[in-house]
Order: sequence, then C-alpha cells, then structure tokens
Amino acid sequence: MDLATFLVQCLNSVQYGLLLFLLSSGLTLIFGIMGVINLAHGSFYMIGAYMAFALAPYLGQHFITMLVVGVILAVVLGYLLEWAFFSFLYERDHLQQVLMTFGLILVFEELRAILVGNDVHGVQPPEWLSGSFSLAGMMSYPWYRVFAAVACLVVAFAMYWMVNRTRLGMMVRAGASNRDMVRGLGINIKRLYRIVFAMGVALAALAGMIAAPMASVYPNMGSGVLIICFVVVVIGGIGSITGALVASLLVGFVDTFGKVFFQELSGMSIYLLMAVILVWRPEGLMGKRS
Amino acid sequence: MTAADSRSAVLADAQDYAEAPLVTSKGMAAPDARALILPLACAMVLALLAPVWSSYLSDLVVKIMILSIFALSLQLLVGGTGLVSLGHAAFFGIGAYATVLASPQEGGNLLVLLLAAIAASGLCALFIGAFSLRTRGVYFIMVTLAFAQLGYFVFHDTSVGGGSDGIYLMVRPALGVIDMESGRTQYYVVLAALVVVYALLALIARSRFGAALAGIRVNEQRMRAAGFSTYWYKLAAFVIAGVLAGVAGFLLAARDGVVNPELLAWHHSGEVLLMVILGGIGSLRGAVIGTVTFVLLKELLGTHAIVGPLADHWQLTLGLSIIVLVALLPKGVMGIGAQLRARRAAGSDAAAKGGAHHG
Amino acid sequence: MTALASLACLPGAAFAQAADKIKVGFMLPASGTYAALGVAIENGFRMYVGEQGGKLGGREIEYFKVDDESDPAKATDNVNRLIKRDKVDVLVGTVHSGVAMAMARAAKESNTILIVPNAGADAVTGPMCGPTIFRSSFSNWQTAYPMGVVAAKQEGKKNAMTITWKYAAGEEAVNGFKEGFEKNGGKVAKQLTVPFPNVEFQALLTEIAAAKPDAVFAFFAGAGAVKFVKDYHAAGLSKTIPLYGPGFLTDGTLDAQGEAAQGMLTTLHYADELGTERDKAFRTNYAKAYKLMPDVYAVQGYDAAQMLAVGLKAAGGDIGKKDVFRAAVEKATIASPRGDFTLSKAHNPVQDIYLRKVEGKENRKLGVAVKGLADPARGCKL
Repeated sequence: MDLATFLVQCLNSVQYGLLLFLLSSGLTLIFGIMGVINLAHGSFYMIGAYMAFALAPYLGQHFITMLVVGVILAVVLGYLLEWAFFSFLYERDHLQQVLMTFGLILVFEELRAILVGNDVHGVQPPEWLSGSFSLAGMMSYPWYRVFAAVACLVVAFAMYWMVNRTRLGMMVRAGASNRDMVRGLGINIKRLYRIVFAMGVALAALAGMIAAPMASVYPNMGSGVLIICFVVVVIGGIGSITGALVASLLVGFVDTFGKVFFQELSGMSIYLLMAVILVWRPEGLMGKRS
Repeated sequence: MTAADSRSAVLADAQDYAEAPLVTSKGMAAPDARALILPLACAMVLALLAPVWSSYLSDLVVKIMILSIFALSLQLLVGGTGLVSLGHAAFFGIGAYATVLASPQEGGNLLVLLLAAIAASGLCALFIGAFSLRTRGVYFIMVTLAFAQLGYFVFHDTSVGGGSDGIYLMVRPALGVIDMESGRTQYYVVLAALVVVYALLALIARSRFGAALAGIRVNEQRMRAAGFSTYWYKLAAFVIAGVLAGVAGFLLAARDGVVNPELLAWHHSGEVLLMVILGGIGSLRGAVIGTVTFVLLKELLGTHAIVGPLADHWQLTLGLSIIVLVALLPKGVMGIGAQLRARRAAGSDAAAKGGAHHG
Repeated sequence: MTALASLACLPGAAFAQAADKIKVGFMLPASGTYAALGVAIENGFRMYVGEQGGKLGGREIEYFKVDDESDPAKATDNVNRLIKRDKVDVLVGTVHSGVAMAMARAAKESNTILIVPNAGADAVTGPMCGPTIFRSSFSNWQTAYPMGVVAAKQEGKKNAMTITWKYAAGEEAVNGFKEGFEKNGGKVAKQLTVPFPNVEFQALLTEIAAAKPDAVFAFFAGAGAVKFVKDYHAAGLSKTIPLYGPGFLTDGTLDAQGEAAQGMLTTLHYADELGTERDKAFRTNYAKAYKLMPDVYAVQGYDAAQMLAVGLKAAGGDIGKKDVFRAAVEKATIASPRGDFTLSKAHNPVQDIYLRKVEGKENRKLGVAVKGLADPARGCKL
C-alpha cells in the first residue's frame, strides 16, 4: 500500500467512524442515563432514513431545513414513545425494558412494510452536494460524504457543549454517575428521562436522515447498525460521549483496515477489538471504574 | 407478595447464608418437593399424549422442549446468578455444530455425539466465561455478545463448518434401538433430556452451590467478604449453562440434520433471553412457560387458518402482544398468580383468610 | 392448552374441506430484506394458476403460506409446518439459499415435491439434488459464468477483480465468473470480499482504485446492490473501470440506483422487454393484475407453476404418481416469458443467458451471452 492509498484509507476510516459516532451517541445517552438497553435504536435510525425518503420530494433541495424538520418530528416521537411505553417501567427490572424495545422493533418493522412497502429506495442528495472532487488522482470523493462527516462533527461539538456547559448537561452528567443523587437534588428525574429519550431518538433519526442518500433506504436497515452501535458504546464506556467518539473512530479504523488486510476474517475484527478491550479494561475506554 | 417483599426475602436468605455458609439445605426440601410435582405431572402428560398427537403437533412440542432446555440453561445464569448473557446462542450453535462435525458419514453413536457436543460447548464456555466474567452488568452482556459474534463469523466465514449455508448430517445419531431417525424416538429423547435438565437445575438451585449463586446475584460483595471466591462460582455456573445449551443444540442437530451459522446469531441469543424474561426471571418454570408462551404466540399469530390475512403481519401482532404482556405482567407470566392473589387480597382485605388456600 | 387444541384441529379441518384439491405450500420471505421478492414470486405463481382457471391438471389449487423469515436456523421448523401441519402436496420456496438447502433436505425426507423459484445455491441441483426437487430459476454459477465469457471475449478485458459478500452465493457467483473469464484468456487478479451483510464498501473501493484492473465483477443483491453500485459511481470508478455483474446487481433496484447504474452490463436469464409475444403478454397481464411491473422473480414464480402444471397433467392430477410427474417435467419444454427452457438431469433450467445493458430504468437486452447454458451440476448423482 502506497502512502496515497494509505491516506485515503485513513480518510475512509474517519468518515465511517464519524457516522458511527452520530449513530451511537444517542444510544450511549439512553444507556448511560436511563439504564435502558434500547434494542429499538436501530429502528429509530430506520425511521430517520424513511423520513428523509418521505420528505425529500418536498424539502430535498433545502436539505438543512429537512434535517431540522426531521429532528423536530423525531423529538416529538421520542417524547410520545417514552410517555406511552417506558414511563411506567422504571420501577421494574431493567430487563423488562429490553423486552419492550424488542416488541417495538417488530411493530416498527411491520408498520414500515405496511406504510412504505418492502422495496429498496434511493434518496438523492441535494443538488449543491451532489458533486465530487478528485483525490490523489485515482478516485473521486463525493462532497456529500464530506458534508456527512462535517455534520457528524457539528453534532459531536454540540453535544460536548451541551453536556459540559448547560444545566441540562449537568443533570445528564449527574444522572449518568448517580441516579439517586439526582433525585436527592430535587431534579425531576422523570422529566430528565423523557428529554434524554427524545434526544436519543432524535440523534438516531438524524443519523438515518444523513445516511439515507449514501446508504439508500431498505427493510431491516436498523438491525444491521444496532449491534455495531452496541460495540461502539461499550468500547467507549457507557454514557460517555467522548468515549463514544474515540470508540467510533477506533472501530472505523479497525473495520476499514481489517477489510483491506484480513479479508477472510474481517467480519470478526470489530468483535475481536471489543473483546480485547473489555478484557483489558472491563469498563470500556472512558468508563468509570466502579 | 410484592416485588420488594420477594426481593427482601431473597436478601434475607442470602444474608443468612453469607453469615452461616456451612448450613446446607435449611429445611427448604418440603416446598421444593411439592414444587416438583407439577412439572413431573406435565412431563407425564406429555409422555402419555404423544401417541395421539399429529406429527405436526408433536413436532411443535419437540421444538418447544428443545427451546425450553435452551431457556432453562440461560435461566441458571440470568435468574440463578444474575448474569445476563446476550451470547448464549453461541453454545447452542457450537453444540449443534460439534454434533454434525463429529458424526461419521454412516451415522454416529448418540452418546458419543452427545459427549462431543457437551465437550465442545463446555470448553468454549470455559474459555469465553474466563474472560467475560472479568466484566459486569451491561459490559458482561456486551462482551458475551462479542464472543458469540466471533463464533458466528468463524462458522460463517471459514470452511470449518461448510460456510454460510451450513452442513448436513447424512444419518441421524442412534444408540441401539434409540434411533433419532424416528420421530417418536426424537420426541421421547427430547422429553427425557428436558426432565433430566430440569431436575438437574432444580437440584443445583437447592444445593450449596445454588445458594452461593443466589447470594452472588443478590450481593456479590457480601459473598466475597464472606470468603467465597465468587469468580469461580460464576465460572462454574457459566460452564454448566453453556453445556446445557450445548445439549439443546445437540438435540436440535439430531432432529433437523442441518446446522448453519444462524444458530449462533445474536438475535437467537436475544430471543431466548426474551423467553426467560417473558416467563419470569428466577424460576425454572418461568423459563419453560416463557418458551411455551413465545413459541405458541408466534405460531398462532402467523397461522393463516387462525388469524386470517393478519398472519401476514405477524410481526405487528407479536410485537403488540409483547408490549401488552410487558405492560400488564411486571414479573412475567409466572407472576400472574401472585398478581391475581394480590388483587383479590386487596379486594377483600377483611377476609384475608380467604386468600390462604390459594398459596 | 386451548391454543394447542385449536392448532390440533387445524390439519383435520383443512383436510376435510379440501380432499380433492392440490395443496401448494408457499415458503417465502414475507418479512425482512427479501419480502418484495417473495411477493413477486407468489404473484407470478398465482397468475399462471389464475390463467388456467384456478386448476392445474384438472385439480383445483389451494394455497398455504409460511413466512420463512430468511432464517436458515428456523427453516426446518417452518418447512415442517407446511409438510406436517398443512400436509401440502407441493412446496414452493424460497429466496435465501441456506433456507432452500434445509427445505431440500426436508422435502427429500418426506418425499414431497419441491420447486425452488429463486435460491441459486449450486448445491440445490448439485450434491443436494433429488428426484422430487426442481428449480425454476437459475444456479449462481449459471448467471455469472456468461459474464466472464462476455468480459473476456466481447469486451476484451484481460485483468479483472471480483468483489462480493463473504457467503456461499457470492463465492459461487464469482467463481462462475472466474471460470468463464479465465477460460477465454482473462485473469482474475484479486478476489475481494466484504463481511455479510455489511454495506460499508469504501475501503475496498479504494483498493480497487489503487489496483486499477480492466474490469470489476460484483455480486450483491437488494440493498447491498443498490449501495455498491452507487458507491462505485460516486467514487468515480464507473468512468474508468467498467462494473459487471449477474443481473441481480441491477434488477428491481434501478429506481434506487438512478444515474449510477446507467450503461452497466449484466447477464441474466431475463431482461425487461425481450420483445417476444410470450413475454409481452406476460408483462401486460402481470401489470394489469397486480399494478406492479413484473421482474425476474415474478417470471420464476410463474414458471414454477408451469412446471407443476406439466407434471400434474401427465400424472392425471394424481400428485402421488411422483415418477410420472418427474418424467414429464424432465421431458417438458417450458414456454417461459424468458424464452423456452428445458430441465437438466439435475432439474435446473437449461436456458439462454442474456447480456443486458442498463438504459434508463430498464435492463435492456443486447443479445444472448451464452445460448442454452446448463449448470454443470457438480456433485449430483441423479
């Protein structure tokens, strides 16, 4: 592998890693603060992608507006879902919530089939992002992928700011480290949960909308990303946004270079990475030692 | 009895235990013996009914029984030890693969193949458990998932077991007159296996070892303070659970004659975990009842003759059923009795004696 | 217990009302990635039966359905629901190769007739072949081999790379291509694989760009095909290195692929607008009946019903006469919308494979890539 190819592969790794971060940041929030293992996270990603497909005929050229509209819809959806399906589960065993999210996956998947059908659909990127630029003379790189990477970075910074600089962020940090303390401080934990859940749904849906022009939309698209998100969240340390970012990039690199150098066994590479890291650091890279 | 009550009762038990680790069975024998009457009666009924059932129905029962063994093995971890594994299908799949791989062309000896499945799944469980048990909580869930996915890709991507389409058993295993080629034999072998596994797990639950596991579930730190090396207890439980899942895998391979990497896939680990949760965590009966509920629900909701065109949308109806069950049954299907009793007691709290005979 | 009881009466009840009907069991994907293919196959099958007035060989047809979920681990249970619960006479299915293999085994054991309307696993009409197992579609080898021939002979390519998911169907297809390509003077330099069903291709596209082969042969299906073709185009490779594949790379996916697929060459046993009367009639009727454009999967379902009709007619409507049934289907020439085909000894279609080019939203036929191609049926002892 020459230097140019190596650099392009690094770019691929970073870009894939950033998308993974966007996908898994919502999961790590819900995981860390609410303690809910949200199997339906992939479904929210799918809902986002289908939302992009549904909104594209109307707002396709105003891509940013479309993303904003989509995020608002997703927040509303998340708010309602938390109210209807999760708010009464917190007193119970955590595993009950897993069961609930599993039920939701089935429902969302079938609703998708009934409403949109089972065909694969493409979503066109907006005009102003549809070109590409030449890279090292041998291949071109689509502007849309650059846009996606930048969007993921913007979200990463926004979340960093939110967690470290705002009152909500303070509650989130406190909630992640000690739930009882939050309650003791007189913070309305139920409201916090509802906000966090809605944010998680919105982040997954945003990832779906951003990914739609690159990945197209298709049945079962959620289940494919779910496990890889888990891998990222666990490697990074549950509840840690910084950890998720580091882990996403790490997974991006291992996956990309695994495919290049160890083709035969590349399916295993990220799981091997996760197993090694957890055996070495049982709480993940940025997890708290308990 | 509320959730808090039962938890504190368990806690009390565990504390007693921790303070007096040498006490053996603490007079639990009587209720336990009674608790075994119902399962035994069920097994008898299953054994007697087999001849009158259609081959489809007996197939369905065999499938439920195999999955029950699988769910029971997971119950030892989840309900018995407090270890939630999302990679349990790995041992199921490894047991099944070992059976087919060890089987000679002209059909193998049932016992030899069973031992092969046990050895393979046991060794893998020992290896995976030794590493996974360094983590806890959600991390344990995920690290077991990672190892199971590794196993999945080993079978899917390499030629060890025929790659993604799997491999076949040309002739099913036999042992003298016990020949798995016959549907009737399959039925009784699986039933016998279920009874043995159930009994074994019931014995474990009553044993010192089982009490130690329960103690670990409730408060591991306390157990360690009491001088237990909890890591080894957990590892032993993990290996036993892996071996029993391997037995279920063996039975599946011996019945189907086909194995493929999907057996190890994470959604099967997820499904068996759901069966355990659905039935009710902590009791052996719960694992079996959860399996029966899940399989029958899916069967009913996907059958055109029963639900008509709605069967095409079984995912929707199954999903909604699960949501409703979760909403209504905080302690799984096993908790229904307690819930009803609680309601009745609340309805006629003056006549408290009326509730007594429901116990 | 009531649930069990109601399930128990099912077969009896169904049997009583349908004593003289032929029971056809569809085991097709109704959920998940392949659901659309399952629908097309079923539509095609029902359409042919409808054209015959609902009767084949003088017997009415009754349908039973099971969603196979494309999960091989559940395949044996699912197929037994049809064989043992519904007591079907004929099994039709499926799309996923691993599931089809488990079906083939169960069909063999219960001596039930199985018609495979899609799954291309070479083994179904190879080592797993059987007297009652038929295929109305293709083998993976069969659709890829001609592309190798065309790439080397017609397009004059010397040095190619292949890329596919790491699973059996993909390996069979790229090996078919390699065989056709190398027999005609080409050389496959490198075979790339992506873990199944991963759709992150960027790393390997970079490898392709760095290696600069004359041509790339890819095997992906469904959403993977859409994404690969789009990514290949977006990486600017489609301008310099032509992308070939079996028809699945561009069938039923052109809407989603859009501009990215334009001009691509693929080989398959069917194309949009073959121009024959048979095909025209089929396409108009299908579009009218289902308000959908027909595709290769619908044709395969349609032909599965034709094969059943031929066998049943010869057996005088008695599905029990399996030898007569088999002999008739083996001898028959099926008048398929794709063009006439016969069955090989191993019961796989011997058919023309077309070279097609993507123009707009159609896979237009350029010509016949290989005429009357038979799968080598390696390992079949029939």
